[in-house]
Amino acid sequence: MSPIEPSALESTPAVSLRDVGKSFGGKTVLASVSLDIAPGSVVALLGANGAGKSTLIKILSGVHPDHSGQVRVAGELAALQSPLAARQLGIQTVHQRIGEGIVPGLTVAENLVFEELAQQRGNPFLGGRRLLTRAREIQAALGLDWSDAVLRGDVTELGVSDRQLLILARALATRPRLLILDEPTSALSAAEAQRLFTLVERMRDDGIAVLYVSHRLGEIDALADRLVVLRDGRLTEDQAKPFDWDAALRAMLAQAQEATTARPVREGEPGEAHGNVALSLRGVRLFDGRAPLDLDLRAGEVTGVVGLLGAGKTELARGLFGAEPFTSGAVELDGKPYAPRRPGDAIRAGVHLVPEDRHADALVPGWSLAQNISLPFLKSLSRLGLVDTAKENALGRDIIGALGVVARDEHSTVEELSGGNQQKVVVGRWLAETPRVLILDEPFRGVDIGARRDIGRRARALAAEGAAVLVLSADVDEVLEVADRVVVLAAGEVHLDACGEDAQRDRVIQTISASV
Amino acid sequence: MTTTQSTEVPTKAAIPPAASTAVRVQNAVIKYGFIFVTVALFLYFALSEGSFRESATLLDTLRYVSVAAILGLGVTLTMAVGGMDMSVGAVAGLGVSVAAHTMVVLNQIGTVAILAVIAAGALAGLLNALLIVVLKIPDMLATLGTMFVIQGAKLILVDGQSITPGMTRSDGTTAPGRFTDGFLRIDRGTVLGIPISVLVFGALTVVAWVFLARTRWGRVLYAIGANPEAARLAGIRVGAYRALAYVLSGVLASIGGLILASRIGQGDVSAGTSQLLEAVAVALVGTSVLGRGRPNVWGTALGAVLIGIITTGLTIKGLPYYTQDVVEGAVLILALVFSFTLSKRRTA
Repeated sequence: MSPIEPSALESTPAVSLRDVGKSFGGKTVLASVSLDIAPGSVVALLGANGAGKSTLIKILSGVHPDHSGQVRVAGELAALQSPLAARQLGIQTVHQRIGEGIVPGLTVAENLVFEELAQQRGNPFLGGRRLLTRAREIQAALGLDWSDAVLRGDVTELGVSDRQLLILARALATRPRLLILDEPTSALSAAEAQRLFTLVERMRDDGIAVLYVSHRLGEIDALADRLVVLRDGRLTEDQAKPFDWDAALRAMLAQAQEATTARPVREGEPGEAHGNVALSLRGVRLFDGRAPLDLDLRAGEVTGVVGLLGAGKTELARGLFGAEPFTSGAVELDGKPYAPRRPGDAIRAGVHLVPEDRHADALVPGWSLAQNISLPFLKSLSRLGLVDTAKENALGRDIIGALGVVARDEHSTVEELSGGNQQKVVVGRWLAETPRVLILDEPFRGVDIGARRDIGRRARALAAEGAAVLVLSADVDEVLEVADRVVVLAAGEVHLDACGEDAQRDRVIQTISASV
Repeated sequence: MTTTQSTEVPTKAAIPPAASTAVRVQNAVIKYGFIFVTVALFLYFALSEGSFRESATLLDTLRYVSVAAILGLGVTLTMAVGGMDMSVGAVAGLGVSVAAHTMVVLNQIGTVAILAVIAAGALAGLLNALLIVVLKIPDMLATLGTMFVIQGAKLILVDGQSITPGMTRSDGTTAPGRFTDGFLRIDRGTVLGIPISVLVFGALTVVAWVFLARTRWGRVLYAIGANPEAARLAGIRVGAYRALAYVLSGVLASIGGLILASRIGQGDVSAGTSQLLEAVAVALVGTSVLGRGRPNVWGTALGAVLIGIITTGLTIKGLPYYTQDVVEGAVLILALVFSFTLSKRRTA
């Protein structure tokens, strides 16, 4: 890569996006994003899950060549046709999963020079002494000082943070124009993260543009010159330092005001204690080394838990469902001790979970809607072990009708459905037997607004019938739309527990921003 | 975070577009191709070779494939949970040795031998389940390991030699027992003119089909194979069901071993080894039948019949026996093309 010319530093952006968009089969994931990233600057990219961050990163690293709009690199129109093309244009990406950049079984030195090894033009006989020399040059780019013994050792002997540094060194050795760091500190300790920040600052001083993706607001505050927020595939906020965190979080977590003033699914007086405590948690630790958590879920009430990524929402949901049992504390269900060791225990006790990722954790590919719906309660649909398909199909039709699933019939396979309708099927599965506690983990992700309303309405109806409903989401408005009571979770601890008038949007957002 | 989105099927796919003729023909080929090939080959052999048409030949064909078919049913069960049982041939071989040992050396009656063989098969299945479910060894490697262990254990049981009635044992005594007539009838006897081994094959096929396709246990096995985490979060004890699949596979393999023992009439040390690849081939051919792309009982049974028709037909045509492996291998590859290449293209 040719060195960056000093004159380009002032005027031309390192990378410039114009109306860049991407859709997957009719569903727009990224809509017309325009962004200039100046050389020698650190731009932080924020956004909730599903906001389009990964898609934007993938476009820039050449994974989605079929995007719309234009990308210019150093002023020149660029075609990001492949990861290799992106790298040759000077865009280097360090992905969140370090494992993806490391080849186990090869030595540290081989991993350092891996990109040169992988290129067809490279010397095929790069080995032994020459390889070590080149590896030393590359590690020097980052000021690393690994001994020959370390370089000759297997890469898996390195710790997580050293692996991260290895990947960074490799990325920097090519002298990139733009370095994309995707959640680079997620696996690092505080001291290791500090080391990384020093390196990022040095890169900036060297004139490299850095796109820094993180959900850790503290890091961004310390490191970034500018922050941009993506929400639902659009850039909703663009700030220079000093940052206005309330505005940034509002842009990230809350919907435009007009969409939220109407709360069609909420009826009656919110905030009243509707019923008895159905589920009570005492001294439950979601993360080691964090304060224990106490929480009561009432029957007849929808409790919303809001928190950023890593707040402990999924840990809470999976613990209550017995998928990953809590290691400490006690839980009572209707006054009786409740300690599910596996999901089956929870289901028998009437505690149901709609998991976070419907494709990975809920749907059986290739199966019909009726079969997907009946899976948890097959036993009650069977006689002498034989599945009563007439009963099964009737149940499928009932659920399809109750939730307004748009499908040909109960025999359609789940793949034929849109995301929102798939999610309805996953929710509907748990309504076949009335739950005592229904936990919905990010139930509205990748779900259109109509389906969201339908699911929300169903959740509220269930609560009205006397169930305790728990909705976990990173989206403040989604939660406010459906919940009687809002709990703000951060790093496994409760920061706010408010009902009705107290659960105002601004207050919730301020609590999240203060808890960071 | 985009993984959920990118795998989502677009809304407009809810209404499939009218399929073009070419697509419909291709779908028909995928769905019925293998059945067509089977019927066509059958007609070809039946019309060109008079002896192929005789009912004795046809029954012999079924009798010949019954062992591989029953072993294939076990493989089908393990494939349903997303696994694979490579030890079925060895377990069948173990069954032959256990049967011979029980009757010839221990001088027991056939019923005892049958129970001993099935118990041995269940134990082998439990060993597989232990390795795969508890010790988390990948299924293919674990069952490859047990395959060798079981083959070795079988040799120890019979002192490395085939057990024949009246043979002299290592301590100088003569083996007191023999294969009972009743036991030999398993493969050689008939009921209403149909060999008992063929009846066993037919009965097990029906039972396995009901179990896999009609009961909730079978449904659960398929769910585990298709998405184990979804199955777990639906309250299914995934480990227990996977263990069940391997134990059932072991039991089925041992039943195959009973037929084999009855056929050979002695404790042949090498019995069962050639059955493994046939059983796996039969189950894999089965996945491509009816274009389902997933293991299914009728597919496995049909796959066994197809391989039987081909080998018998080619034998009658005068093809030397040693070309059989090549032919069976080619059939397997053709089946894999049906179930992977063609059906992938359809869904793409």
